Amino acid sequence: MSAITTSFPDAPRGWDLPSRGKVAMASLILAESAIFTIFVVAYLFYVGKSLTGPTPREVLATPIFYTICLLSSSLTIHLAAKALQRNYTRLFLGLLLLTIAMGGLFLFGTAQEWHRLIYEHGLTISTNLFGTTYYSLVGLHAFHVTVGLIMLLIVALFGLAGRVGIKQSERVEVLSMYWHFVDAVWVVVFTVVYVIGR
Amino acid sequence: MSSNAITVPAVQIQDRPWVDKLHQWVTTTDHKRLGILYIASALLFLVLGGVEALIIRVQLMHAHNDLVSPQVFNRMFTMHGTTMIFFVAMPILFGFANYLVPLMIGARDMAFPRLNAFSFWLSFFGALLLYFSFLGGSGLYGAGNAPDIGWWAYAPLAARAFSPGHSSDYWTLAVLASGFGSIGTAINIIATIVSMRCPGMTLGRMPLLAWLNLVMAGMVLLAISPLSAAQIMLLVDRYLGGHFFDTQAGGSAVLWMHFFWIFGHPEVYVLIIPCFAFMSEIIPVFSRKPIFGYPVMVGATVAIAFVSMSVWAHHMFTVGMSSYANSFFTITTMAVGVPTGIKIFNWIGTMWGGRIQLRTPMLFSIGFLFQFLIAGLTGIMMASSPFDWQLSLSYFVVAHFHYVIVGGILFALFGAFYYWYPKMTGRMLSESLGKWHFWLFFIGFHLTFDVMHIPGILGMPRRIYTYEPSRGWDTLNLIITIGAFIQAIAILVFVANLVISYFKGATAGNDPWDAWTLEWSTSSPPPAYNFASIPVVASRRPLWDLKHPEDPDSRYE
Amino acid sequence: MRRVTSSTLRIVSQVIFLLWAATAVWAGELGNSPLHTTNIFAPSSTPAKSIVELSVFVLVITGIIFVVVFALLAYSVVKFRARAGDAGREPAQVYGSTQIELAWTIIPILIVVVLFLATARVIHTIQDAPQPPTAIEVTAVGHQYWWEFRYPNLGIVTANELHIPVSDPAHPTPTFFKLLSADTDHSFWVPELAGKTDLIPNHPNRMWVDPHKTGVFLGQCAQYCGAQHAKMLLRVSVDSAKDFEAWVQSQQQPAIQDERAAVGRRVFDGNACMNCHTVAGTPANGRFGPDLTHLMSRGTIAAGAAENTHNNLRLWIQDPSAIKPGSLMPAMKLNDADLDAVVSYMETLR
Repeated sequence: MSAITTSFPDAPRGWDLPSRGKVAMASLILAESAIFTIFVVAYLFYVGKSLTGPTPREVLATPIFYTICLLSSSLTIHLAAKALQRNYTRLFLGLLLLTIAMGGLFLFGTAQEWHRLIYEHGLTISTNLFGTTYYSLVGLHAFHVTVGLIMLLIVALFGLAGRVGIKQSERVEVLSMYWHFVDAVWVVVFTVVYVIGR
Repeated sequence: MSSNAITVPAVQIQDRPWVDKLHQWVTTTDHKRLGILYIASALLFLVLGGVEALIIRVQLMHAHNDLVSPQVFNRMFTMHGTTMIFFVAMPILFGFANYLVPLMIGARDMAFPRLNAFSFWLSFFGALLLYFSFLGGSGLYGAGNAPDIGWWAYAPLAARAFSPGHSSDYWTLAVLASGFGSIGTAINIIATIVSMRCPGMTLGRMPLLAWLNLVMAGMVLLAISPLSAAQIMLLVDRYLGGHFFDTQAGGSAVLWMHFFWIFGHPEVYVLIIPCFAFMSEIIPVFSRKPIFGYPVMVGATVAIAFVSMSVWAHHMFTVGMSSYANSFFTITTMAVGVPTGIKIFNWIGTMWGGRIQLRTPMLFSIGFLFQFLIAGLTGIMMASSPFDWQLSLSYFVVAHFHYVIVGGILFALFGAFYYWYPKMTGRMLSESLGKWHFWLFFIGFHLTFDVMHIPGILGMPRRIYTYEPSRGWDTLNLIITIGAFIQAIAILVFVANLVISYFKGATAGNDPWDAWTLEWSTSSPPPAYNFASIPVVASRRPLWDLKHPEDPDSRYE
Repeated sequence: MRRVTSSTLRIVSQVIFLLWAATAVWAGELGNSPLHTTNIFAPSSTPAKSIVELSVFVLVITGIIFVVVFALLAYSVVKFRARAGDAGREPAQVYGSTQIELAWTIIPILIVVVLFLATARVIHTIQDAPQPPTAIEVTAVGHQYWWEFRYPNLGIVTANELHIPVSDPAHPTPTFFKLLSADTDHSFWVPELAGKTDLIPNHPNRMWVDPHKTGVFLGQCAQYCGAQHAKMLLRVSVDSAKDFEAWVQSQQQPAIQDERAAVGRRVFDGNACMNCHTVAGTPANGRFGPDLTHLMSRGTIAAGAAENTHNNLRLWIQDPSAIKPGSLMPAMKLNDADLDAVVSYMETLR
């Protein structure tokens, strides 16, 4: 059997493929969007169908301040990633910590809201359809915010130890994609729960 | 083996103590090993799921049989369905994707090897969790109980009120875990194909197997997620007192059905599209011609992916949707048959004018074409919703989907085994055992699943543990059971082939089939790093170009 | 081993297809003993007939598609087989053909359009059929594992065995159903009368039948509903107008008060039977189990799981799991004397 040496043609110039981190994060965001869509569909389907108990109009208070916090944190993380790309590590760290603070504030606001709903209005996940769909949807979002905050905190810790520089800027960009997604989901949840669903 | 085949010297493998080898396998992040782990675990669960099927078939062999109690029977069909879909079909296809995709695109591994390992072990854990239910399913009630709510877990049967104990939770958690594993693997496949193709391999020059796995992975992201969401909702209902599917509180049982089938229908395309991929690689090589209509094959697959996301409620024609909804899902379901049919025609077009070699991979491929054609046509019958009002929930549907899954998917998988086993192990599978395997399985399959359409037509519903002797279903069920045992024997022949050939099979060399895609340019089995140097390609069939420098594909594309 | 030729493959598959087709035809012939078989191709009612007409049309078209594509497949396997002298020579490498692709895209699309239009028409005529004023109204409630039938306009409540009048095409008297469920999902399927429709809690459904022949038509629950889904059988008696009238009259009466059954009645009332069962005209008005007022007018018990005989009735009350393990009727643990008394009482409920 004659052996043909495997000599492949010459490599084309400029073979640039998209970064795998960004492709992977985009794919994850696609899957997560599908999960959230189902919870949103359930929420919308059950609007007005509860047989008993408090209605959204009676108990919900629109969380404008905390929404502004969360949405601004998208801006701060965007600026943080940009800063890191230009090697302004101190600015990056500051903006990152600000992002974490605002995200944390948002979670605090959610906790406060839930405390009020449970103890003042007696609305729990098992009270009625509104309770079930509200806590599930908002809770799923809050869970994703929490995961995002943990990731941001890890990066902040490494940053404080001086280990995050321009070489890590792409990874930070990938993480910021996730954070933007979490904020975009909040825009949808906010619209569905506090605007449409009332 | 043709003298045109490319030879590459085999790589020397160091011999190590068995403990080290075991450790390597358990901690591996290598896509080839993970691929084999996926395939091996799927084969294990294929046997378990097959035993469950045989129990079902023996129980139904004649009216008023009492091999098992109704409770055990209901667990058998639930476990059979859940096992076969989530712990056989998905893993085995992910296994082949894992093994082949990096090799076929000229990469050294998947994009995220550790995520790859994590996804496999998460899925495997899910499988173990499901089977643990036989021991722990009733929780405090003290007895083991596998889930018995059917693999769709319809509400309100899956609610606490109607399914006390933990058996349903084992179903939910096991499938949820494997679902997350699937999403992880899908992300990996997409990132690998998009970001790690070798130089020169534009998307238009990728092997169809890569394209189709890319489409499949995209569908997994959009299809598995609704199921995961619905299962989280089910857990909220069962454990936190939620009312998502609680009809007493105004909840909707139909909502679960929508969510489940929004997953369930694209899922069957997730399963068949990688099988289309196998066919698109095997049929050209054994017809000695390139695939007919490569761009159309890609386009048709993308069309299938999109359209199949809009057909789900054809599983719900009897639920009482409006005539407009039923009409909508009728036309979308019929429409998805168009791109699917186009693919069948293109495969026949590939064979047309070729020089067809009837080796075992090709026998299974021809079986696939024949059976997938029939399965598609019975699907068209059920797409017509009034006809479906009779056929749905009967053995006609059971016959139809087994025709797709066994006659289509499993036949394609067998073809893939016989085609790529030499690459994975360096040994050829025995052709004569292969032919015994094929013909035994073909006969058993048709005996069972052709006949199975008839009890459905005669009014036999599915998921019944027994039936009245006066219905005239006895003889038919007996024939179906006999066919099942013939298929079981064929599987034993297959397993024997896998084992015997591993030790005694002819040496494969790196290119036993005189094929044209990159995996055949490296040794069998490939070294850990896949390629000594990253290949560069200029056409869809890089090895054809190397073997036929006077007439390369790159001239025509 | 002798190489199996592709012509063998072709012959084997043709034989199998012919067998399949033949058995389907034979299956259609079977529908001549109405008591036992449940053949979707032996329709006795308008919706079932419309479905058969449509399905024959679909079968013809899919049959033609099968023959054409199978012929192409078989031909290519036979004609383009590699022959012994071929070694090393590759055939012409054809990459595709736009015209052919267009052809086999457009023709299937046209077939789909035709099939869809035929289907949409039947969907509409069946689902959107208006209810005539002469229709009989039945509310069917699915339970684990039995059927409750209420005739709201006639004041009748019965279980498992349905009586409806035959419908004369000149003066139609179809039966229109409202389908409800008390617990999980069920499905009402009597193949020779209509396609199936599900009974889903909190989701009332509507269906109708328009039977053209008298007789008894069988069916059963088609949506898995739990342990005894298999024995949730249906028995529909399509009666002549006269017979139906007589049945209605007798069903509208309260329970027969037979003095000889007084002992049994005391056992019945004193042993929690009345918590689940209704016997019209007595204090027993439970709704969890079937209405027993006219139990003896039914040919079977336990939703068709057993013939309505003395021994079966006795066994059922003593230990339901002997007949239907997983049924929700508890074993009443009566002593023999009480058991016999209750059975005697049941046997007076004609």
